[in-house]
Amino acid sequence: MRRNNFSEVVTAPARLYDRDGTVQPNDAIMDRSDAQALIERIKKFSKAEAVEVQIFGGNVTNVRFADNQMSTAGGVSDFQVGVQSYFGAKHAIVTSNEVTDEALKAMVEKSEKLARLAPDDPESMPQLPPQQYQPVEAYFPSVANMSAEERAKIALTALEPCRAAGDLTAAGYLENRTAFNAYGTSTGLFAYHRGTSSNYTITARTKDGTGSGWAGAEHNDARMVDYAGVSRRAIEKARASRTPVAVEPGRYTVIMEPQAVGDLCQLIAFYADARATDEGRSPFVKQGGGTKVGEKILDERISMYADPFDPMVRAQPYDGDGLPLGRQEFIKDGVLKTLYYSRFWAKKKGVQPTGAPTSFLMSGGTSSVEDMIKATPRGILVTRLWYLREVDPRTILYTGLTRDGTFLIENGKITKAVKNFRFNDSPLFMLNNLEMLGRPERLAGTEAGGAVVVPAVKVRDFNFTSLSDAI
Amino acid sequence: MTSRRDFLKTGGVAAGAVALSGALRTAEAAVPRVRHVATAPEMDASVKALLMEALNAAKLAGAGYADARIGRYLQNFVVTREQQIINVVDTDSIGIGIRALVDGTWGFAASRDLTTGGVAAAAREAVAIAKANRVARDRMITLAPAPAVPNASWKNAYEVDPWTIPVEEKADLLIKSNGAGMKAANVKYVFSALFFRKQERNYANTDGSVIAQTIVQSAIQQQFTAVSPDFSDFQNRGNTMPPVGRGWEWVLQQNLVQNATKWGEEASQKLKARPVDVGRYDLVLHPSHLWLTIHESIAHPTELDRAMGYEANYAGTSFVAPPQDFLGKFKYGPEFMNIQGDRSQPGALATVGYDDEGVAPDEFLIIKNGKVNDYQTTREQASWLDAWYTSQGKPTRSHGCSYADNWSSVQFQRMPNVSLLPGEKEQSFEDLIAATDKGIAIVGDGSFSIDQQRYNAQFGGQLFYEIKGGKIVGMLKDVAYQMRTPDFWNAMDMIGGKKSYEVWGSFFDGKGQPGQVNAVSHGSVPARFRNVNVINTGRKA
Repeated sequence: MRRNNFSEVVTAPARLYDRDGTVQPNDAIMDRSDAQALIERIKKFSKAEAVEVQIFGGNVTNVRFADNQMSTAGGVSDFQVGVQSYFGAKHAIVTSNEVTDEALKAMVEKSEKLARLAPDDPESMPQLPPQQYQPVEAYFPSVANMSAEERAKIALTALEPCRAAGDLTAAGYLENRTAFNAYGTSTGLFAYHRGTSSNYTITARTKDGTGSGWAGAEHNDARMVDYAGVSRRAIEKARASRTPVAVEPGRYTVIMEPQAVGDLCQLIAFYADARATDEGRSPFVKQGGGTKVGEKILDERISMYADPFDPMVRAQPYDGDGLPLGRQEFIKDGVLKTLYYSRFWAKKKGVQPTGAPTSFLMSGGTSSVEDMIKATPRGILVTRLWYLREVDPRTILYTGLTRDGTFLIENGKITKAVKNFRFNDSPLFMLNNLEMLGRPERLAGTEAGGAVVVPAVKVRDFNFTSLSDAI
Repeated sequence: MTSRRDFLKTGGVAAGAVALSGALRTAEAAVPRVRHVATAPEMDASVKALLMEALNAAKLAGAGYADARIGRYLQNFVVTREQQIINVVDTDSIGIGIRALVDGTWGFAASRDLTTGGVAAAAREAVAIAKANRVARDRMITLAPAPAVPNASWKNAYEVDPWTIPVEEKADLLIKSNGAGMKAANVKYVFSALFFRKQERNYANTDGSVIAQTIVQSAIQQQFTAVSPDFSDFQNRGNTMPPVGRGWEWVLQQNLVQNATKWGEEASQKLKARPVDVGRYDLVLHPSHLWLTIHESIAHPTELDRAMGYEANYAGTSFVAPPQDFLGKFKYGPEFMNIQGDRSQPGALATVGYDDEGVAPDEFLIIKNGKVNDYQTTREQASWLDAWYTSQGKPTRSHGCSYADNWSSVQFQRMPNVSLLPGEKEQSFEDLIAATDKGIAIVGDGSFSIDQQRYNAQFGGQLFYEIKGGKIVGMLKDVAYQMRTPDFWNAMDMIGGKKSYEVWGSFFDGKGQPGQVNAVSHGSVPARFRNVNVINTGRKA
């Protein structure tokens, strides 16, 4: 549980404002100096002992299609202003999307009134002094300026081949996001980040309902996304996955494509909270007390880290408290190096805070998925996982299902499509049964969200517990 | 010309009023609180003028049909742990969303600029997006007719607006409840939060409907954690109360302090529970558990957009497809199984006067006497079932399931309240247990996962009780059941009567791209399921 993080409780896309506080339609996002000016303006209204202001938002445009037909398409511009006022250990957050002086003043007053009424928060931390941030260049006009006509053409990269094929149907989604985030405090700290991303995913299905294939891609720069290639991959998977056969559930050697790996392995970071571990309620508690830091918990080829500067990530280089985020290793060569420390818990324990990282990366190897298949006498190839849910927090045991392309490998070749499986397994168990590692890739989003870069993996003894008839 | 500032001034709820009301109440703390029973809203003239401006602009730009929604969406959270506050948050967002249908293709645009110029620009953008998409059109979208509602207003069942309650009163209640929970042995941690939503929705469409509605929703989230003294185990007890479409009056009725003692003790007891032996058991499922199984395995697969492939790229499709192979034919469960869709149960989360297309929702049976009878629909979807409705002598109309979670989100088909109706015989959860020889009774929802066509599911729970010879003989842990939807529902052989009916639900049901959140309730009676596969989920790291 992290402290006072605006972005945990409010989400909103957005649009530009000018110095009079009026909206300019169809324009870009707030630049650094405008954002700083607005934050300074809001700070002047404050009568609290300390105040924090966050502004975030942008433009989000999308095209959605299904059943070989356009369904919805839209453009949303908005931003949110959040104000947190402090009186000693009392504090409260108020957010609004209004930027007239009158509304801003009312918002500041409201957060002050709520803060005064709130009970003391004994874990309230003093604001950070001004920080130095290494900028991350994540803004690309290829995304920010893409027109509605260009977006419709991307949808056609899937719709045209599926309609022409006659036996295929496509459902997909393109989302272009241009977003900014600015944060300032009474101490003079100011942080600003802006970025773009283009996310494209498509599911092709055979019209007889026996085959389904998924593919996706995401990048900060639209020029780096091969939209037609993504459409093609999903179509190929749909055809290959037709009329799956039932294979007995049980323990299998499994090759997971990066999308499946990301959904499962990102969970390790989610559970690696120092406080929960110190309190005895995490998978990283040692029997009898203490933590597993310093112990080897995964195969020695696995390292997990956060790095907002990685060219495949380009994430915000600070967290919700304005704490600068650099490259941080959590697992190095299979050894748990550190858990996640909030500023409060770090102070209590006398260590450096890690903050709340904005990215998740996992080290890889050099094998391709094809290499892994060739080296597999019998196994299962998994495209993606679905509906992951915690079964036992003590071991990160999760359940979920395979989806949109599950294949049997025999003697180094894909021999047939198989029915989907439900699994009950933990990424901690899985990454101790590692055989091969692929090259890390940026994922098109995960169930948990965030910028995620992970490789394909080949593992032994992955636990499939039942079959599903779902295609 | 109406400016954003004028809208705020005349909008009835000035921006500062929410917090001010809290402060004023503190000053009046010694005076007994006057309970203002909230009344249905009247649409402000300036809001109506902006809606009309948007619709006109859309028409002039070439829309055949358009609708506009100006909404104010408020959220309030108070979050605590043990004897301390974690956070107090108040969010507020206002804007307009406009949907335009041009030559059978949709476009949508949303803006926070509530000026005549701003809403007209957004309307033109919606039309421009629709026109840009015509190149990729396959079939014309058509809307089922719906009567115009020229001047309607409605509010849901809340009585006391949570925004009139001071934050310290909310925090105090939670902290007292946390303290009561921590009295139980080994209960070291309690998380608790109050979460309120208020939606002031103003709607108009080019058919002539003009509708104002206010909806308040409340949720209490609590989790009690017991840690064994040797750090070898920890157990949680959560999901103790259903979220509801009611206000502060409901929060006070929950006896949070008294009940926390019980919930804390239940967490503590779970540390001593016996790990379940894998095998087949008869399951007696309480409404606090069964609602989620209904949600996942009946309510989702009977969303018509899912069945037709509209969610294939994200939430998934449905095994209840194609509809013509299932309607009136497919035996979902026993003869006594009736599943109703509605948006009318007072205090339920999906309950509204009108949906986000201006349709007054009706009550309809999704499963009738065990067979598939209908799907959840919007105006765009109703005509897809034309042949079925004609064969049944029913008009083709929307069931009123259109919903957008914000002014900035496009409306689409979302779940109404979907409920298992009571059986004829008046029998209780305890009666079902007494009739069971070897089984497990499950209370509360826990881990849940289901495939993208809603066949194969696995459900945990909060509390598991071993039944032997019609009696509860002890508590179990590490229990989850695996099921295949049609087999599971056809294995149902007993259900409770009217008196055992309870309404539970979800505050955060996700669907769509971009993702939207819907709050939905599910009424249920307790029910028994024969011979279900139970696994043990406990393992050592």
